[in-house]
Amino acid sequence: METARNTPHPLSNDPYDVEKIRQDFPTLHQEVKGHPLAYLDSGATSQKPQTVIDCLKHFYEQDNANVHRGVHTLSERATLAYEAVRGKVQRFLNASTEKEIVFVRGTTEGLNLVAQCHVRPMLKPDDEIIISEMEHHSNIVPWQMLCKETGAQLKVIPMNDQGELIMERFYELLSPRTKFVSVTWVANSLGTINPVKAIIDAAHAQGATAMLDAAQAVPHLTVDVQALGCDFLTFSSHKVLGPTGIGALFGKENLLEAMPPYQGGGDMIRTVTFEETTYAEVPLKFEAGTPNIADTIAMGVALDYLESVGIERVAGHEAKLLTYATEQLSEVPGIRLFGTAASKCSVLSFLLDGVHAHDVGTILDGNGVAVRTGHHCAQPVMTHFGVPATTRATLGLYNNQADIDALVAGLHRVSEIFSR
Amino acid sequence: MSELRDLYEEVILDHNRNPRNYPKRPEGCNHSAAGNNPLCGDDVEIHLAIHEGVITDIGFEGDGCAISTASASMLTEALKGKSEAQARELFAEVHTMLTATGNDEPDATLGKLAVLGGVKDYPMRVKCASLAWHTMIAALNNAGSTTTE
Repeated sequence: METARNTPHPLSNDPYDVEKIRQDFPTLHQEVKGHPLAYLDSGATSQKPQTVIDCLKHFYEQDNANVHRGVHTLSERATLAYEAVRGKVQRFLNASTEKEIVFVRGTTEGLNLVAQCHVRPMLKPDDEIIISEMEHHSNIVPWQMLCKETGAQLKVIPMNDQGELIMERFYELLSPRTKFVSVTWVANSLGTINPVKAIIDAAHAQGATAMLDAAQAVPHLTVDVQALGCDFLTFSSHKVLGPTGIGALFGKENLLEAMPPYQGGGDMIRTVTFEETTYAEVPLKFEAGTPNIADTIAMGVALDYLESVGIERVAGHEAKLLTYATEQLSEVPGIRLFGTAASKCSVLSFLLDGVHAHDVGTILDGNGVAVRTGHHCAQPVMTHFGVPATTRATLGLYNNQADIDALVAGLHRVSEIFSR
Repeated sequence: MSELRDLYEEVILDHNRNPRNYPKRPEGCNHSAAGNNPLCGDDVEIHLAIHEGVITDIGFEGDGCAISTASASMLTEALKGKSEAQARELFAEVHTMLTATGNDEPDATLGKLAVLGGVKDYPMRVKCASLAWHTMIAALNNAGSTTTE
């Protein structure tokens, strides 16, 4: 099958035409509270291109049927379209075989699956799991629950005030007790791009396995699991232009083979009797029950869209926009930016002096600017900086300079209201 | 724009800038409760000194957005000297104002508290305005802590 890697988008030799890309995203073209929408919340969820929306409609109108074990035409169409996505995800991540791609509900389920099926069976009291201070709660809580259950210890790589991991401290934490390391590639609350290759290599040198939370990375960075050498990596479709409720887990084939099933049910078995059940091969062993068929197929279309634009070109556009936004925001009186790592993408997390993040969010919404406010499911990061919440603007491939200008104008409006 | 002015009225901004009875735990305080709004990270503690059924003094502590801070501040002003029964009645009126559908004018007895009604147009922020009031009821009931989640 011809891959998107080999078929450049007609745009790919042109300068990045963000206005043309915006035309593909219907939600962007609306007014909110009398202002053109400036959608700066892609870190929470991305908007969807028309092709993804059309795909869902087409599936339910034309092809809807359950997958596997159906011999009728609709079931065959659904099965072929569904299973083709495994190959798309494999190529998107550069995994070596489709068997290494497990469909999950999203990053959270990917992390929990690995916690339950890979880490739990090998964990003994006093073993250690290492995570970092800038994790999303979904890369903290599953490990904490596991530690509580087994008597293992959770160790945390600290970060500095720029929001960068202190790697010397990570190397000190590593020991023969380290069994597993799980870190975020890109921090959702700060935008820091972590040196994950070095982390994976060091974990392997200690005999530990390593996992990446790639939820915030896949929309912005080229992923190559073979080059990274990670044992597991997981992401959510909805952060990368696809529907909610679906995502993928990459796991090295030999590790997946060695793992027990995640849930029991249909589709994950080979034979069932009341005495014994033998399980299906990987990855089906981990996919009990009727899968999320339509959203999986639409996830494939989302990845096609991203690859057709070209992730390097997206990254280049977003980097320029982030530089522009950082310069513009820095000039807003009383602003404090969180996350100023040398290597970062997409995220602008900030506070305005004397104004709570939620008031900022409401006033920005009144100007048509959509941002996220709160702890961003990263309370330890808020604790590090001694703040209860921040306002966070996040960039996607469809954002333009006008979105940033609307944000800055909105912040001036906040200052105006609060200085009365 | 005008809608935003309705929410961030001068009265609310003033109470946010200079919260009354804050931070304060009055002498003779015998009823306290902590409330938090996990969605926003707003935290508030309401302290009441109640003698013979009358709120003789009141104060609050905590951190929150302008809406929750102003609401708590205005609550302390409204309730000082009121009976426990009056406090419960006022809670019911405020609660109705914050959650009622339709465009009815707020009850005249609410007085200055009527400005909190502006939050009705911002469903995500209603909990910010109601937090202090729920916490006050928890303090009256000696429930210790409450949450708007």
